[in-house]
Amino acid sequence: MANKLLEVKNLKQYFGPANNPIKAVDGISFEIYEGETLGLVGESGCGKSTTGRSIIRLYDITDGEILFKGKNVLDTKSRKEMKEFNREMQMIFQDPYASLNPRMTAGEIISEGFNIHGLYKNKQERQARVAELLEAVGLNREHANRYAHEFSGGQRQRIGIARALSLDPSFIIADEPISALDVSIQAQVVNLLKQLQKERNLTYLFIAHDLSMVKYISDRIAVMYRGKIVELGEANEIYHHPIHPYTKSLLSAVPLPDPMTERMRERIPYTHEEPGETATIHEVKPGHLVFGTQQQINKWK
Amino acid sequence: MSKKLLEVNNLKINFKTYAGIVQAVRGVSFELYEGETLAIVGESGSGKSVTSNAIMKLIPEPPGIYADGQILFEGRDLIPLKEKEMSKIRGNDISMIFQDPMTALNPTMRVGKQITEVILKHKKVTSTEAKARALKLLELVGIPMPEKRFRQYPHEFSGGMRQRVVIAIALAADPKLLIADEPTTALDVTIQAQILELMKDIQKKSNTSIVFITHDLGVVANVADRVAVMYAGQIVEYGTVNDIFYNPKHPYTWGLLGSMPDLKNNVKEALRTIPGSPPDLTNPPKGDAFAPRNEYAMAIDYEVEPPMFQVSETHFAKTWLLHPDAPKVDVPEAISRRIEGYLKEARS
Amino acid sequence: MTQSKQQFDKIAPEMFTIVGGRQGETEKLSDKTVSFWKEVFLRFSQNKLAIFGIVVLVIVTLMAIFVPIFSPYSYREQLGIYNAAPSAAHWFGTDDLGRDVFVRVWQGARISLFIGITAAVIDLVIGVLWGSISGLAGGRVDNIMMRIADVLSAVPYLLVVIILLVVLKPGLIPMIIALSVTGWINMARIVRGEVLSIKNQEYVLAARTLGASTWHLIKKHLIPNALGAILVTMTLTIPSAIFTEAFLSYLGLGVPAPMASWGTMASEGNKALTSAPWRLIFPALFISLTIFAFNAVGDGLRDALDPKLRK
Repeated sequence: MANKLLEVKNLKQYFGPANNPIKAVDGISFEIYEGETLGLVGESGCGKSTTGRSIIRLYDITDGEILFKGKNVLDTKSRKEMKEFNREMQMIFQDPYASLNPRMTAGEIISEGFNIHGLYKNKQERQARVAELLEAVGLNREHANRYAHEFSGGQRQRIGIARALSLDPSFIIADEPISALDVSIQAQVVNLLKQLQKERNLTYLFIAHDLSMVKYISDRIAVMYRGKIVELGEANEIYHHPIHPYTKSLLSAVPLPDPMTERMRERIPYTHEEPGETATIHEVKPGHLVFGTQQQINKWK
Repeated sequence: MSKKLLEVNNLKINFKTYAGIVQAVRGVSFELYEGETLAIVGESGSGKSVTSNAIMKLIPEPPGIYADGQILFEGRDLIPLKEKEMSKIRGNDISMIFQDPMTALNPTMRVGKQITEVILKHKKVTSTEAKARALKLLELVGIPMPEKRFRQYPHEFSGGMRQRVVIAIALAADPKLLIADEPTTALDVTIQAQILELMKDIQKKSNTSIVFITHDLGVVANVADRVAVMYAGQIVEYGTVNDIFYNPKHPYTWGLLGSMPDLKNNVKEALRTIPGSPPDLTNPPKGDAFAPRNEYAMAIDYEVEPPMFQVSETHFAKTWLLHPDAPKVDVPEAISRRIEGYLKEARS
Repeated sequence: MTQSKQQFDKIAPEMFTIVGGRQGETEKLSDKTVSFWKEVFLRFSQNKLAIFGIVVLVIVTLMAIFVPIFSPYSYREQLGIYNAAPSAAHWFGTDDLGRDVFVRVWQGARISLFIGITAAVIDLVIGVLWGSISGLAGGRVDNIMMRIADVLSAVPYLLVVIILLVVLKPGLIPMIIALSVTGWINMARIVRGEVLSIKNQEYVLAARTLGASTWHLIKKHLIPNALGAILVTMTLTIPSAIFTEAFLSYLGLGVPAPMASWGTMASEGNKALTSAPWRLIFPALFISLTIFAFNAVGDGLRDALDPKLRK
């Protein structure tokens, strides 16, 4: 089995007043192994994006532990340690329009990390590196001098990917990287992400609300609902043998490009059921985890 | 066969911009029968939303220009109509559901009032009758406790509930035609499934015709009777939902289908994508606009725009590949394999 | 729906060989690259009113610089010709002390423009610092800083200015201080708003995940993106400062004699409205023209920066 790259233990992220907080992420735990893609799905407001941002330390977490390569990232306090962390973990953002500074050229955007970390001080070296990154994401080296607004949505997202790759990270959090793109462009970006993963031995946390793409790109899937992970397992296992009623409901709602199936589709409605105090994570099959009480799980099965 | 409700002939719409004239819709023709759903599917910039706005005469002039064509609604051309006449049709005979339920509702007005207002405008009824009808509509679109909800403001509704209110308003005057422009794109999948069910249910009850604009092929397969695939301001393939999904003929349709992962047959090979980017419609390419992104493009595609070839009685596609002299090109293997899988499952 | 097939029957068979896509062409960008500021400049230069404003401002500035230098008269020189009407010798006439109004108008322009621009620069410095610290820090710091601004702006403005001018004795520096005491609040609010919206943009988050320091964020992301709003606010602050100065001078709180600003000149000219109207008309005309020009430039700049705001 591959090494654990990231381990999240009982992560909590609350916002707002301490006496009545909004529990965006409410005690989740999972692991990500080297070289794999973990898909994190859920509907809007379930806390999936907050999870990603907490892991990369855009937020100060309320409680829990985040171990990256066995080291607790909350212990990295000095600027030097923090910079090392930044080089290892990067993020791809959702909105290809908002994620690129409109006053910068593609080259400036991609080389921003070099300035921050003092890399490639030689101008030629830097240009070569920018060109290499542009080409790695299927753009032209001539594009380095163009401003963000000159590119199409898909091209912009590629620039965002090149920026995430610029510091040679080992782990990338992709926060809904395709949901703002057209169908055909989504496929281009997903293919690119898979190809880069193979070439550079990257590990992904792929956050999305679109279950079909998540199923395609992920090795394992975690389903999030109201700040909790309700089910986690191999992508196929989750897709074909879901146990938690929320997962079942979510799967039954995904439309397929097949009219005959669609005509017979029966949606499984989900009514929220308080998990109760005693609810915990149960391993129903090796690697297949479900959140609930023992009785609930027996009933769901 | 049921009655023809809407017929669009060779519709052309341009927009004047700083950069030049954008030919957003370049000769679109289709028809819609009573009680039927036509899905217009395409990517951003394909002209699908402009087409639907054009039917409602919602294109601002300027910068928009109705350059050519007809929009025949029950045999009457809407294009020359004055704004005053059109406002009688809008909301009454034809109504529209927009993508974002938040901006489609007035945040400072009670939901009930927003519905009764439309009823009072288009129907000769008293305000008590209008209220009774509004309550019935809220019930019809599946809003629990309509009496209570009637007096609430939009912000007290969730996204899915808001879209139900928008649908109730659209249905207020018993329209014959409902235009839905990406009505579920802003919603979560489970809410999307509910809204789609609701729309089909309403259609069954009231025999409304629907033009459904979307970019999601899964949604198309779910709601449509017939499908028009749009690319670069033109319809490139047109047929029944089975024609399009089980016997696609246009390479662009292949590309769209190939871009979606095959979930049923656990395939992990790379997705078939459409390379490149859509063309700039200020200066559409010569010949077939799709040619530069088409791996099967022929020499002629760069010279002459293809006509609509008829595949069957219901099925048309705008590609030179259907010309008798063209080499025989089969549907890409990944897609045909998937279709076979679907058909086999359906038979069993 | 179908076009007749006959018209295509004569196509040569070699036209039907598959040559494949030319996807490279579809990824091409337009030939010339246009930076944001260049585009702003292009849009700005298409705005006739704004260009008119620029021309007026350039002329007023040049005249203010050179007329007092090259004029045969000085602004304080009493020529012994009292309240003379405009003539070839004295283009704008003379005043009750026999001073040339033409040279005094341009001397006044120096004072008015100096007060306006200095007040705007002070507003800029304090406002940008205050607003960006408040916006960046957020939370309690933000709350306290903005409440201070609220309290300051709640005190009647005129009262503050009058008290200040009475305490400090009328003059150039006290006037500028008086204008700046509350003037920066508007700039601070605008900058804070910009900073609040920019700091949550995904490109700022991206820079933070790259390890950017606060200074890097300010330099590379906040300032370049807030610059437009700052520039527009500043262009619109100058005319309001010029106007306030004129207004205060009119009340008798302006710069002391023999210095002249447009406001003090108009105030004095008002007394001779019927006998020597040129003494009021010329300073009043240039006050209006300059304020109009600054506003035209400011509006033009705003439209050029954000074309979506137009209409």
